[in-house]
Amino acid sequence: MRVRGCVQGVGFRPNTWRLARECGLVGEVRNDSQGVLILAGGQPRDLKKFLARLERDQPPLSRIDRIDCRAFDGDLPEEFRISESVASEADTQVAPDAALCAACAAEIADPAARRFRYPFTNCTNCGPRLSIVRGVPYDRARTTMSTFGMCEECGQEYRDPADRRFHAQPIACPACGPQLALERLGVAAAAPVQANALDVVCDLLNEGAILAIKGLGGYQLACDARNGGAVESLRRHKHRDAKPFALMARDLAVVHDYCHISDAEAALLSGACAPIVLLRAKNPKRLPESVAPGLNRLGFMLPTTPLHRLLLQGAGGPLVMTSGNLSDEPQIIDDQTARERLSGVAAYALTHNREIANRVDDSVVRMMSGAPRILRRARGFAPAPIALPPEFSKAPPLLAFGGHLKATFCLLKRGEAILSQHQGDLEDALTFEDYRKNLALYAALFDHAPQALVADLHPDYLSSRLARSRSSAALPLIEVQHHHAHIAACLAENLYSLRGAPVLGLVLDGLGWGADGAIWGGELMLADYRNYVRLGALKPTPMPGGTAAIREPWRNLYAHLVAAFGRASLASKLHALELDDFLRTKPCAMLEAMLARGVNAPLASSCGRLFDAFAALLGLCRDRQVYEGQAGAYLEAAAEEASPSDAECGYPFTLGAPLSDDVPAFIDSAPMWAAALEDLRGETPRAIMAARFHKGLAEALVALTQRLARSGAADRRFDTVALSGGCLQNSILLEELTRRLEGCGFVVLTHRQVPANDGGLALGQAAVGAARLLES
Amino acid sequence: LSHGAGGRAMARLIGDIFVAAFDNEMLRAGNDQSAFDVAGGRMVMTTDAYVVSPLFFPGGDIGLLAVNGTINDIAMAGATPLYMSASFVIEEGFPLADLQRIAQSMGAASRAAGVPIVTGDTKVVERGKADGVFISTACVGSAPAGVELSGDKARPGDAILLSGSIGDHGVAVMSRRQDLEFGTDVLSDTAALHGLVATMMTAGGASIRAMRDPTRGGLAATLNEIAHQSGVGARIDEAALPIKPQVAAACELLGLDPLNVANEGKLIAIVESGAAETILAAMRAHPLGAEAALIGKIVADDGRFVQMNTVFGGARIVDWLSGEQLPRIC
Ligand SMILES: [Fe+3]
Ligand SMILES: [Mg+2]
Ligand SMILES: [Zn+2]
Ligand SMILES: [Zn+2]
Repeated sequence: MRVRGCVQGVGFRPNTWRLARECGLVGEVRNDSQGVLILAGGQPRDLKKFLARLERDQPPLSRIDRIDCRAFDGDLPEEFRISESVASEADTQVAPDAALCAACAAEIADPAARRFRYPFTNCTNCGPRLSIVRGVPYDRARTTMSTFGMCEECGQEYRDPADRRFHAQPIACPACGPQLALERLGVAAAAPVQANALDVVCDLLNEGAILAIKGLGGYQLACDARNGGAVESLRRHKHRDAKPFALMARDLAVVHDYCHISDAEAALLSGACAPIVLLRAKNPKRLPESVAPGLNRLGFMLPTTPLHRLLLQGAGGPLVMTSGNLSDEPQIIDDQTARERLSGVAAYALTHNREIANRVDDSVVRMMSGAPRILRRARGFAPAPIALPPEFSKAPPLLAFGGHLKATFCLLKRGEAILSQHQGDLEDALTFEDYRKNLALYAALFDHAPQALVADLHPDYLSSRLARSRSSAALPLIEVQHHHAHIAACLAENLYSLRGAPVLGLVLDGLGWGADGAIWGGELMLADYRNYVRLGALKPTPMPGGTAAIREPWRNLYAHLVAAFGRASLASKLHALELDDFLRTKPCAMLEAMLARGVNAPLASSCGRLFDAFAALLGLCRDRQVYEGQAGAYLEAAAEEASPSDAECGYPFTLGAPLSDDVPAFIDSAPMWAAALEDLRGETPRAIMAARFHKGLAEALVALTQRLARSGAADRRFDTVALSGGCLQNSILLEELTRRLEGCGFVVLTHRQVPANDGGLALGQAAVGAARLLES
Repeated sequence: LSHGAGGRAMARLIGDIFVAAFDNEMLRAGNDQSAFDVAGGRMVMTTDAYVVSPLFFPGGDIGLLAVNGTINDIAMAGATPLYMSASFVIEEGFPLADLQRIAQSMGAASRAAGVPIVTGDTKVVERGKADGVFISTACVGSAPAGVELSGDKARPGDAILLSGSIGDHGVAVMSRRQDLEFGTDVLSDTAALHGLVATMMTAGGASIRAMRDPTRGGLAATLNEIAHQSGVGARIDEAALPIKPQVAAACELLGLDPLNVANEGKLIAIVESGAAETILAAMRAHPLGAEAALIGKIVADDGRFVQMNTVFGGARIVDWLSGEQLPRIC
């Protein structure tokens, strides 16, 4: 039996061993380069039972994608046994880091247990993986546990197939494993506190101190979330303006004090992936506004490691648990940098002597439109392989380089996609260094030698530049249009057949390089894995100042208003509105000149920029947006305050007629702006305006989709719509579009396992690359 | 058009405008070439074409750029510019007054630099076949034996010196080309840098590995070029970069990164770190290097990336853009 999926380093072999013995089978189980190979002999009835139990009674962290069985007539051992991996068939999987399991949690709470209150307790079913690995094969010697010699007792557990710590590489106990220490920051040569460090820390937190904590995949900064002064001080010293902080609570009951939790959300919080889950905050808010300014959602997670669990048990309430860094830098992972960089923020660092090999951020998940959607894919999820449609198994190994912000890369191998953890903005030098390091790490971990490289069309993405520099005649580069990659990512994770008919990709995104040299981002494209035709788009509007227009939403608002009404009639449209007063404080004449003469005012058909502009109209995040998607998040939060009856009619948009291959049908927002200005003049509540905007946009997109479906030539018909792009992390838009499109009879594909934003781009690039190579 | 026909009109144009403006003995001889003696050492030669819109901008004009830019290309080799040529492609109907103004500006610049324009050429093309006037200049110079500055000589540890504020020229041209009002006028920094280079060569010529003037593409392009040629990386400090407040403000308004904006009177020098202070002091003593600064160092990096330590304590990749500054944010 050949088992594929996430089956290495997760206790799959000992589990198989146990099941085989219970079923009375002989044979062996071993890891090899394709997953797990089981040779089993016994009565047909027992073999059948074994196969059923193998699927049903899996270890918690494994995931079987496929089991292929065939007859074997070689010799089998007398007893069922676990064989060592053959050297030439090295283990080629590393599992994601997993949250503390129930058994280990019980152990550290048991005063009689050897690991009572030991913060580095782990077993095969939980604990660090990706964050500690340095090389292959994945064993202790090639992790940051290599400096800790196993004690006698741990050694016995490690060697016993019946023990839940059989081959748990990071196995540790108070006698032999890592030790906690509390360091005073910013004070030279202060002796670290070794004993009762946890008690001291909890007292400090309860007194309102900010603490640096060496977490699993990076340093974190923590403070009592109920203490407004502490939270504000953290913001100030971390140089983080408005971006929401993540929270950690002891258990579900505490989360429940602050947020509404559905059963599905509770399951997400408590699962082995233990992501940050975005939850609707109870009204009135019970935590200081500075935790998540302007938002009606809070990001909560439960303790992910024994250290966090012990910490939260001692702390009085939920803690802010944000990444340990300044401003937008990547999370710090080494002790010396933490001492240097965080001493101005935190007075103490709770640290330990196990190194962090790889930076792994917390993942973020949100329930939207009835399903959990991964918004940021890192700890707990990466690098677990993502299954692809079966036709991809014949594709040669590929490496896709992803986007520029929210960078991830993707290895394609034997019909599986291995998507790296979220790494962030490549323009940040440290992030870029990480990205380059991880490319090498993943190549080694997964024994991957690509036969082609895939990258975004954008000439200036650092990922594309790196891909270009690594390509050669022998290692060709395949360039993929940004939004085509978004669609392909959505198709791939939904296992859409490689031979399936083209679908309509509805990509609502920020910005991506278009094939015509303009910037795209609100696209209706008829696409399969190989190719696409751009059938429709939001009407392109200039972005005065390029990147500056993203930072300052009012610029997009102004450009949209000028485009809608013309310079001459704009004044009367704005007359006596508060917005007019605001714009008078801005260099609009300069913008005017830039727009008129095309100075750094690239045209963009972007949905994200339309959201920015509308948020600015309502006075939400008008002047400056300090984190990506801020304006959109505020607009969504505002719309959620409206009752469904409030916004019966969505704002009107004009639908262009589908034209030729070269000129797509444009959706013009001019009538929407006219109606919105009327509402503004009538002092319509912001919530209602925000709701009308969402609704009107969804209506227009669906209407155009229908028109395209009906009017197209026979080879342009479609019955499936794939939704992708960063704006589909907006729950209202996702729900409205899904509901309406399904109502029209379309099959709707959406993202769950990979982010709809650029975090999922690499998967789509890999799929397009593979499809093109398979075709040729 | 008759001015280009080779007849009397053309002779008068050349005589009245160019010879008068560039006036020197070799040109006055009226031959189709000029001859001169050369000393020992290495000859250095360069050529450039100038296509600028608008032709006149705050702080200069196309002629000034043509003279200074070509001199600077020679100077960046550590060489002394000696003689130059100038060719003009003129659009039919281009005002003679403007041509005269450009020629006089070139004459004055070449005299000030001590680099005479000793030969030239003129063509007139039909209306619409050129944008006013295009100028092509060439220059020869000489460098002492052993002086071999080159962009492939940067080594990890070397210091990066910058002679003054960045972005002035690009912003000045843009303000006039697009009629953009920034409140304050920014002047182009166009200047001939061979005097500054001579001072630097005297102060520490043996320690200078490479010099380059960060023109089109700005400081970012130039540093990336050197990193590529030398197979190294570079790390600069944002806080050390001289930039005029009005240039910074204009860039902020336009959404441009000053690192990508053109300069016409600045140079960067890659020097052995031990000599950096001496050379920097010599630069600061020269009027064109008064604001010179040590802005960073060459580092080992097989990816050949240029990084900048930001004023917030982080670091970012300073990229070599393919063309215009295009938003990369999604
Ligand atoms: Fe995107
Ligand atoms: Mg040249
Ligand atoms: Zn466990
Ligand atoms: Zn032990």
